[in-house]
Amino acid sequence: MSSFTCTLAAAAPATSLISLGPVDIAIVVIYFLFVIGIGLYLKRFTKTGNDFFMAGREMTAWIAGLSFISANLGALELLGWAGAAYQYGILAVHWYWIGAIPAMLFLGIVMMPFYYVCKTNSVPGYLQLRYGGGTRALAAICFAVMTILMSGINMFAMAIVMRVVLGWNLHLSIWVSSLTVGLYVGLGGLLSAIFNEVLQFMLIWLGALLVPILGLYQAGGWNGMVHKIERNVANGASYVHAWSTLGHFSTNPMGINWVGIVFGLGAVLSMGYWTTDFLVVQRVMAAKDLRSAKMAPIIGAAFKMFVPFIVILPGLLGLALLPMKLYPQNYVQAHPAQHLFSYNEVLPLMLVRYCGPGLLGLGVTALIAGFMSGMAGNISAFATVWTYDIYRPMINSRAGDAHYVAMGRWCTALGVLASIATAYLAMHFQSIMDYVQALFSFFIAPLFGTVVLGMLWKRATKAGGFWGLLAGTLSSIAMYLLVKFDPPLLRYIALSDRAKPMADDMFRALWCFLIGVAVTVIVSLATPPVAAGELRGLVLGCTDIPSEKRYPLIHRPIFWAVLIFAGLVVLNILFW
Amino acid sequence: MKNNANSIWFLIGILLFIYGVLIAAAGIYGWFVPPAHPVELWRLHAGIWWGALLFAMGLFYIIRFRIK
Repeated sequence: MSSFTCTLAAAAPATSLISLGPVDIAIVVIYFLFVIGIGLYLKRFTKTGNDFFMAGREMTAWIAGLSFISANLGALELLGWAGAAYQYGILAVHWYWIGAIPAMLFLGIVMMPFYYVCKTNSVPGYLQLRYGGGTRALAAICFAVMTILMSGINMFAMAIVMRVVLGWNLHLSIWVSSLTVGLYVGLGGLLSAIFNEVLQFMLIWLGALLVPILGLYQAGGWNGMVHKIERNVANGASYVHAWSTLGHFSTNPMGINWVGIVFGLGAVLSMGYWTTDFLVVQRVMAAKDLRSAKMAPIIGAAFKMFVPFIVILPGLLGLALLPMKLYPQNYVQAHPAQHLFSYNEVLPLMLVRYCGPGLLGLGVTALIAGFMSGMAGNISAFATVWTYDIYRPMINSRAGDAHYVAMGRWCTALGVLASIATAYLAMHFQSIMDYVQALFSFFIAPLFGTVVLGMLWKRATKAGGFWGLLAGTLSSIAMYLLVKFDPPLLRYIALSDRAKPMADDMFRALWCFLIGVAVTVIVSLATPPVAAGELRGLVLGCTDIPSEKRYPLIHRPIFWAVLIFAGLVVLNILFW
Repeated sequence: MKNNANSIWFLIGILLFIYGVLIAAAGIYGWFVPPAHPVELWRLHAGIWWGALLFAMGLFYIIRFRIK
């Protein structure tokens, strides 16, 4: 769910934005040594497949929750959404609030019991239990291929950022950072990935938090910042209201309306990402018991609610305080002689503005940590899905546990090399980056329909699940291609001739989800129902979910979920 | 692993402690030897108090979650 536009490659800067001093470099080097040290330390604890792929299923709710959110909080996420806040204003906050919190709470309260009780190792593993091998194979192969491609593309985009911001060599950035990730994930598996993600989460916050604190101080608080934005930007009031401008496509900078935000983003796209993307769900599955597995995404939601403070607010502060104007990436590329800055550079610009020696190193380390946490998430999820959902059922089902651990380690190395290859591919064929990002989005929304129907509707059959997922995915691809080759068609998909590209993703997700659900329902009703015995532990009504009444109220996940949801409502009203 | 569940917080403590020392030291040096091109709000000496915060957090994590 990154908004980062991966078109920086041609933007080779004459000079870098940031120049690091000896203390800054020491901080970055210590970080690299530390994450490798963690991998070496944890290798002794990863002996079995359960240790390597599922971190022994011994993570506390806090560790699983912080890892869950950190795997998503990549550097491109930080840079991209800070840039989106500069470009679209506070509307970008919807990708953190309505576009994440309800889905995370839904995962914790409604879906996690089924994932956890059936003891599956992965989301495709759940599909195998519920819908059979065909649906699992479709989801696993799509996920494995897309994960590696996305990992490589993110790696390339990050290397570009390092070149633009720090002046670092592109090849050095790609190889050093990806081999470091490969080393610590290969040594300690998911356990190492999770431990490093918790560390990275702390560094991201501590490295980025000074910017909004000092920015707000300089701007004269929230009101001072709003006043400056209204002075600096035409129609500035629309940049500081989250909902009041969403009545129509033409009244906000994003060109979207509330239907797209609420139903496309909130009800489908974010639900699909946060509840079925194995990259994030894997972290929660590693929790030590069901209550911890339910609490982990709820803890993640609590922190996610405040991430806009270090991502969206710096973008808004950039609008208020930066002396120069930032431009779209393609405009910057078209005018290299003018040495302009793009939206995506707002966060580094704000870092440079406030952070002196030492603090700058910490801020850059936060960006690197963000990149590594995202890549480690991709690599560890790929290793698990490949080994458990592709290699074991389709290629070699009779090997012992040690063989699968070795396969996981090899797979981690191969995944890193494949990611590097994808990064170089993207370097030569930049258009592939947009296509792969779109490809990934094709599977998210239909997969959510398939999984959620499987969990909540006993009548859904194996054929229904398979054909629903396939139909939803193909319809998403078809809608994407239609708009790609004939842009005016967007007005039919987004229901308005004033809709902008951002609305395309939201409405396409909504339609392909509905198509997938409709096909699943129709095919299921036309095929014989699955016997109740086969649905035990998989579906609502056939699963004994342990009661939480024995816990005091304050220890029950539902209590915290309600509290966080209430906080979400209050925040949205405050920034209406 | 169960006996080492706290080790992640301990390790984080070590890193924050080291970073706190480095950043605070850089901030104190900058106080006495002002840079030629100071950052915005340089007068607040953010490096010193942010470094002190990291130092204190690191120390807390090291003591609270020390590996026995």
